Order: sequence, then structure tokens, then C-alpha cells
Amino acid sequence: MKRRDFLKVTPAAGLAFMINGIPVSTYADHPLLQMMAKSTAATGRVLVVIQLNGGNDGLNMVIPIDKYSELSNARSNILIPQNKVLALSNTNLTGLHPSMTGIQKMYADGMVNITQGVSYPDPNFSHFRATDIWFSASDSKVYEESGWLGRYLDKRFPGYPKDYPSTDMPDPLAIQIGSGVSMITQGANVNSAMAIANINSFYQIVNNLVDPAPPTHAGHELTFIRYVMQQTQTYNQVIKDAAAKASNASSLYPTNNSLADQLKIVARLIAGGLKTPIYVVSLGGFDTHSAQTDATDTTIGTHATLMQKISEAVYAFFDDAKLLDFHSRVAAMTMSEFGRRIKSNASGGTDHGSAAPVMVFGPGVNPGIIGSNPILPASAGTADNVPMQNDFRGIYAAVLADWFELDINDVNDILMNSFPVLPVFKSAGTSINTQEGGSNEALEQNYPNPFINSTSFRFNSDGGNVRIQIFDANGRLIRTITDQQYSRGQHEITIDRNSMAAGNYFLTLTNNKTKSTRRMTVVD
Amino acid sequence: MGKVNRREFLEQVIAEKETHTQNISLDKDQVYQKYVNKGAPSGNKTTSTLNPYTGAWTEEEAIHLLRRTTFGVKPADVNTLMGMTMSQAVDKILTLPTAAPTPPLNNYNAVVADPTIPLGQTWVNAPYDSTTTGQRYYSFKSWWTGQMLNQDLSIQEKMVLFWHNHFATEVLTTGDARKSYKLNAMFRANALGNFKAIVKNVTLDPSMLVYLNGYLNTKTAPDENYARELQELFTIGKGFTPIYDEDDIKAAAKVLTGWRINNTTISSYFDSTKHDTTNKIFTSYYGGYVVVGKTGSAGANEVDDLLDMIFKSGDVPLHICRKLYRCFVYYDIDSATEANIIAPMAQILVNNNFNIKPVMEALLKSEHFYDINSKACFIRTPLDYLVGMFRTMNISIPQTFTVDKTYAIWNYIRSYGSSLAMDLGDPPNVSGWPAFYQSPDFYEIWINSTTLPKRMAFADMMLGSGFSAGTGTAIKIDVIEFTKLCPNASDPNYLIDFFVKYCLGLPLSTASKKALKDSQLLSGQTSDYYWTTAWTNYLSNPNTTNTNIVKTRLTNTLMELLRLPEHHLC
Repeated sequence: MKRRDFLKVTPAAGLAFMINGIPVSTYADHPLLQMMAKSTAATGRVLVVIQLNGGNDGLNMVIPIDKYSELSNARSNILIPQNKVLALSNTNLTGLHPSMTGIQKMYADGMVNITQGVSYPDPNFSHFRATDIWFSASDSKVYEESGWLGRYLDKRFPGYPKDYPSTDMPDPLAIQIGSGVSMITQGANVNSAMAIANINSFYQIVNNLVDPAPPTHAGHELTFIRYVMQQTQTYNQVIKDAAAKASNASSLYPTNNSLADQLKIVARLIAGGLKTPIYVVSLGGFDTHSAQTDATDTTIGTHATLMQKISEAVYAFFDDAKLLDFHSRVAAMTMSEFGRRIKSNASGGTDHGSAAPVMVFGPGVNPGIIGSNPILPASAGTADNVPMQNDFRGIYAAVLADWFELDINDVNDILMNSFPVLPVFKSAGTSINTQEGGSNEALEQNYPNPFINSTSFRFNSDGGNVRIQIFDANGRLIRTITDQQYSRGQHEITIDRNSMAAGNYFLTLTNNKTKSTRRMTVVD
Repeated sequence: MGKVNRREFLEQVIAEKETHTQNISLDKDQVYQKYVNKGAPSGNKTTSTLNPYTGAWTEEEAIHLLRRTTFGVKPADVNTLMGMTMSQAVDKILTLPTAAPTPPLNNYNAVVADPTIPLGQTWVNAPYDSTTTGQRYYSFKSWWTGQMLNQDLSIQEKMVLFWHNHFATEVLTTGDARKSYKLNAMFRANALGNFKAIVKNVTLDPSMLVYLNGYLNTKTAPDENYARELQELFTIGKGFTPIYDEDDIKAAAKVLTGWRINNTTISSYFDSTKHDTTNKIFTSYYGGYVVVGKTGSAGANEVDDLLDMIFKSGDVPLHICRKLYRCFVYYDIDSATEANIIAPMAQILVNNNFNIKPVMEALLKSEHFYDINSKACFIRTPLDYLVGMFRTMNISIPQTFTVDKTYAIWNYIRSYGSSLAMDLGDPPNVSGWPAFYQSPDFYEIWINSTTLPKRMAFADMMLGSGFSAGTGTAIKIDVIEFTKLCPNASDPNYLIDFFVKYCLGLPLSTASKKALKDSQLLSGQTSDYYWTTAWTNYLSNPNTTNTNIVKTRLTNTLMELLRLPEHHLC
């Protein structure tokens, strides 16, 4: 039964809290009740998109410790010394940039999900085009003028801006901190976001700069219009009120960190009671073609500073969120238009690349790493790129389906295709298993997915019997693919579609105590 | 100012009845009340005079001239004027088209069939028809909006609007679009003509005779309505020192008795049987002048006697020159402006036997007009805002559109203007729009907590989905076509300058322009060449990829610019 179908027949909202007078939590293990609890919790959830402009060097952020030989051959002049890499609590195969101590702590606390090798088929290496693809969630060769979050907001708040603000939604649908609004929140008709440069001074003025009015008649009229504009921004007052209600509670916010400054505003607005579900913040400077590290010490320099800014800002933000008591309903995700090349330049930088890790933060995430360390050539040349493991839209699908609790049909509609929902969030019900050796996945995502005729997937056996089955969306067993002994290690199986109708299916693996599930999609 | 019941009748007739959102009940708008002028603007005052401007003639001056004399500024027009001297440019602006435009057409046959005029033919000389009156009313107002959109490089349409505001009538009250068109055509033909002749034309104009009850003014039942406004609003003005008195109103009313309307020929005629033939004695303000009563058809000539008397008053040229100043320069007239600008303008008007063109020529060529204090201080009227956006951004209405579709687009713009408190053809009352007379607020009346968000929403819409007004075709800003008008669009700094120049009344600081460039045109990247490459790629290969890359960035850049307060100044 689909979640939405269930909710449709639920006669009263009160049911979500009480069954026969008994709180739902008593029945926490019952799947239907979990769904109900989830849909209630979804109210008030917030997504903060952290845009890293320029293309972040993922290989120096989430470092594949088991690939040091390949890395040394490709990028010795910028490579972080292995003994400086920050260890992660549950794996010795993957570590973090030494500047990311805050993220390291959050990871240990189960507040970080990392998806490896995120990109899309036929990746684009232009900043502009790649940014548009990430904003719009389109295929590489498809051109979409609206943004994925704009389309989400269109669905959630139909008809906007007509009749908004309303009693139910008195607040902006999305807030972008900084100058102007971007395509990510562009809906079919209008952009749903409002831009806030500075919480205390509300002009739509570029990056917090207000040009002084000249001492002329024109200056007199300009000042008048500025005042009226300041007072009549549709959402001006609710934002000011929200900002006035709350102050930042964390003492951990760093100075000279523009990302932290932006997140401070976000924290105040959420704590102040805004119902706005989406915030967009950004940090620039990731286009590190040269000198991304210090020439003699690769742990410091431009990229290290950026890593530190992200780490300190995010760490402080979630500390603040906890102190202000909204951390359970906030998730933040990084987004950069592409990763960088495996092989570095002689100038100590890296050129535009393709796949890179995406981090999602918050208490709601499935802690750990989705996917494995990238497979790198023994000695990468300038043409070699980090291969894609996960489509970025699988993360978007997770945000929409498991964080914002949207019906899967709506998710597919927004993403203009069906993508496997990556288990980024706990509420996905699928645990991930960051392993200590070999691939860290019991069952990897099948590829291609969606598929038409056949698809392949890899899985890891710890020895013993492995049973892999396909279930349909209603939980009916469609096929048992295998049910036999497999030696310890990685195996691969290719399956044919046979008579499976187009739709969503679940691929499940049972191997001793390990149980793993993947969603896969068949298309015509 | 009598309002005949015809308005109520017509409102029922008009199928497409709309809410008149003339949001001028400003007492309730607390934001407006808080910030609007409480007195005359303080700050720098200018002592510049009406002497000819001798400074540099750059794009800045050409744009200033075009902003004030046309709707919006077209880059092509700036290029034309830059090939001239300042004096030649003003001469060009003051050269009116010789041919009258195609009159308004039947665009409504699919809604209400016209008994005599087919679709696409003009109704201006057709018989009055009660079933199509409302349709013709919108046809006329839409057409007029279309004239503004399609204006050529001359001051004509701004002058037509000036005269409409000065000799205000309301189409809805007049109740017959044919009459309104006739007055409009007179304004267009005499846009820079003789003020005294225009006053006479207006006095005997059928729509004005209806609007201010002149056609009801008879010797047995004199109606003072027009006689009062003739002096108070149209010629003498209330003035700094009120001067004529009620006896002058009564006397003028008597002079004007007997004028009637022929609804078939849409013209006025003199009925001597309704005319008061007594002598009309004016007060000392007019030197005790007596308009000698005449009998028979000679009574029709009394109006000339009356106007000769009125135009001998030194207040007439001052009054009309102040109105011109407020429509073309700025609203604040302090004693220096009165002495240095208004009085010399008035003298030029008198010296030229009340011809308007020499006055406008002196004003537009003056050092005062190009003074820093005269620039960018004009808050764009709703029509300057809407029509200006269409013209500046080159928003096109398909040539292939049928008449009804073209008019539907024009009507949408007209209607949006109405929602911004400027309903073309239907000013609030006989005084015209308060932005041109209401002290001390003046232009600031256009901007309040209702109208400003609506203006911003229009810009957002035009950069987004646009509107189709039922035509099935989205009318919106083509950001790429607009960008192509920039001669060096591949340089992001030059392009930002170009956008600022054409979209904002005031320039932005270097820091603000850089921030705008970095965040929008460069999408957060730091190197200019990313834009240069994107634009060059688009020009050499305008495929979908390259098109979308530049389109997204241009849209966001312009959206941010059009949301700035400077966008409302010109």
C-alpha cells in the first residue's frame, strides 16, 4: 500500500498520533504506523542546499585510503599525506580532508551520509551547463528551464504566487541567502524563492551592498522607493518577525566564513518559526585550476580553507540547531556542479572533472557511506575521470520521497523520470552498511537503472548462503534470482527482464545476518 | 464635475467589466503615509537656467532625453540620437509624424457582433450602437496603448498623454468611444500645436461637452461646470494667488450657453435659442472686461472673445508651463525654478503666440534639462513602466496576429496599468492623475504598498512565463534578443553596464555591478571568460545547450536588476 493511499483513507489527522487511545510510538515497529509517524514528522522539515560553486575536488575531500598508490601516481603535488587524513568512525578505507574535523565528529555521531561517485550519464564539464543540470535535474542532453525544487514547490503549493501568502503558508516558499535567486527554485511560472542579503537590511541589493543615494532629486526619490520596497516585500514582515524571535545559540560559529554567516541566518529563521521548507546557501571558489594547496604543505591552502569553512560552518549550524531545538527537522546537502580531474596539473590544481561525493547532514540521515571508493586507473592520465556510481537524482529522489515524504509518483514527476531512491535518510527503512573491507555494500545498485532489457548488479558475500529476490511495489515476490552458497567476496549477476512489467521493484539480498534492499525500475 | 448616470448604465453594458483598482485611497496605506513627502524635497537646489545646454552630448544625455519624451528607451533610438548634435536630436524628437495612425478597429465581433462594422474595420465613424458601446470603449483604450507601444522617435505620444491629463475626460463617463477618439485625434494632431487653439477645440469638443455638462448649459439653466474648470484647471490655474472669483465663473458659463452635440456626426453645434445673449461682465481680475452678448449665430463667436480675454492673463502661460515642467522635468518648483525656468518658458510661449513647440524646444535644449538634478528623478508612471519595458526590451507582439489578438495584448497592458492606478482614458477625475498636481506627494503617489509589489510581479512574470491574454501565444521578454542589442555582449562588464543603463534610472556602483556579475552572469564563478565563452559559443552555434546556458544567466541577471528600486526611476 502506498503511503499516500493510506493517508487518503485516514479519516482524521488525530489517527496519526493515537490508535485506540494508545500513542503510536508503542507500536513503533508496525510498518503502517511508522509510515503515519513519518508523514507527521515530515511537517516542518527543512532542506538546506549548500551550493559549492566552481566544482569541488571530491578526491581531496572524501579520500579513498585504499587508493593511495593510484592517487600518488596521479596527483602527488596536491595529495594529502596519508597520515594526515582524518579517520572515519566505522571504516578504515575512507577518510576526510584534515580540515574537516567538525564533519569527522558529526560522522561519528551518526549525522553524516556520504554518497560516493555522484554524477549523471554523459557528464558536462562546463560550469554553466553543469550547474543548470544540477539545478534542473535534467538529463545531460535535455534542457529544462525550471528547477527541481521549484517543481517540488509547485506541487506542494499549487497556484503560487496567486493567493499567497495564505493562512496555511504565510512564509516564503524558499529563501536564498545572498544575491538574487537561482534556477533551482524556478517553477513553471515564477521563481518561488526570495533573496535575503542581510537580515537587518532588507533591500534586494546586490550582495549586501546598498549604494548610497546621491544628493540629488533622484536620490530623494530613490530613497522613498527603497523605503516602500523595504516595507512591502510580500514576506518582509514575517521574516523580520521570525528573525527577531530567535538568536543564534551556538558559540561555535567561526568568523570570516561567509557560509557560516549564511547558515546563521537560516538558523535564526527556522528557529523563529518560518514554515519555509527550502533554503539555499552558497560558497564560491572551488574552481581550483591551480595552486589548490600550499606548494610545500598540501594540507593547507585554498582548498583546505574551503574544506574548513564547510566543516566549521556546518558543525556550528547543527550545534545551533540542537540548542534551538529544530535539528531533528533539518537536513543539509552539499551540491557542486562537478568534481575535479583525477590527475592534477603541474600548477598544483585540478581541471574540471565528473563524479564526486555528496554529503547530506542531519540527525535524519542514514549514517555512513553509500557506494564504494572510486575505482581509479593505476596511473591516471588527463582524460581519466572518477566514474559515476550514483545518479545525483537518486539523492534528490531521497530528499523528495524520504525527507519531504512525497508520493513516489510525484517524485518521478518532479524528476521527470524514475530514479532509484538512494537510502540517504533513515526513514527510507533501508540501512546501509559501511564495511571495513572490500566494497562496503552488501548489495550494490543495479546498472543500468532504470533498465529496459537487462541489468547487472554486484553483491558481497561473507560466505554462506545468499538469497536474492525481486519484489514488486506491492511486496509480491516476482522472482528468486539466486539462493545458493557464494564464497566470501564480490560477485556479479546479470538478469533479464523477462516478463516484468514497467514499474518499480525491490531487489533484496539475504546473507546470514545481512539484509539489503535496492529499488530498481523497469521501463519500456 | 457632474457624473451622469450613464456610467452606471455602461458598467452594466460592458461585458468585460473590471474592477477599477485606482488605489489612491492613500490614507489607508500606512507604508506610503510613512515615507511619502511631507513637504517639498530638501537637498541640493539647482540654479541652472533655460540657457542652451553646452555640455557634452553623450549616451547619458540622449537616454535622459528619450526617457522623458518617449515611453522607455530603445537602444536603436539612442544610436540614432548619438549620430546627431543635442540640438538636432531635440529637433528630431519635436518632429511629429505627418500621417495619423490607423484608427481603432473592431476587435470584438466574436464577442458582440457590430451591426454595421465588420471585424478589422474601424468603428470611429459608425453609428452609435448601444450593444457594442462597451466593446468600443475597450477597443479605443487598447488601441491607444498600442499607439504608445508602436510610437516612433518623437514626443507625440508623451504629448498626447500630457494633453489627456491636462484636459482630463473619462471615456466611461463620456459614454461614447467615438467622441473620445475624436478628442484623442485632436490632441495627436495638435500635440505641439497652439495652446489657445487647443483650448478652443476642447471647449467645443463633444466629449468634453458631455463630460463637464457643457451640452446642458443653457440660458435658462446655466451649468457652471466647464466654465469653472476652464479657468481653474485648463488655463488660469488656481495659481499661487487665487484671483478670479465666482462672478467670473458665472459670466463664463453664460458665454458658453447654447453649445450642443450632434451624436450622428459626432460634432458640436451652436443653438442660438439656448444662448444667453446678455452682456457678460467679468471682475477686476480680467479688468472688468465685458463679453458683449450677441444674438443669432453670432453668439457662437463669444467663445473667441472669452478666450482672448482669458489668454491676456499672465497666469495662463505660467500655469501651462508649470504643468509641462512637472510632466517632463520634475514636480518640485521652488522659487529659483519659478524664476529661472517657468517664467522664461512662459515668456517664450507668449512671444510665440501660444505655440507649444518653441517652449518645448527651449526646455529640452536647456542646461536645466540636462542638469544632474533633473535626471532620474522622475518616478515612472505605470504606463512608462509597462510600455517602457516593452519598448526597451524589444518585447514583440507577433506580426501574424489577427486584430483581435493584437488588441487583446494591448488590452492586457492597459488593464495592468489600471491595476497600477493609471487607467488610460479614465483618469480619476477632471484634474487628471494626482501624481502631476497633488502637493507635496506628486510622483510618489504612484508607489505604494499595493502598486510596487504589482510592478515587481509584472517584471518577474515577463521574465518568466509571460502572459498570453487568451491569444495562445506567450508574450514575454526574450532576454537573448535584448542582449543582442548590446554591441559588446561577450564582455560581462560591458553587458552589465548596458543592462544598468537601459533598465535603471541611476547607475550602480562598481562594487554592486561586480556582485551582480559574479552572482548571476557568472553563476558564482570568478572568471569573466566563462561568460565570454558562453556567449561566443551561443553566437557561433545557437543550439539548445548553448542557448539555455546564456538564457538562464541573462534571465537571473535581469530579474535581479528589475527588482531594484532604481528600475522605477527615469
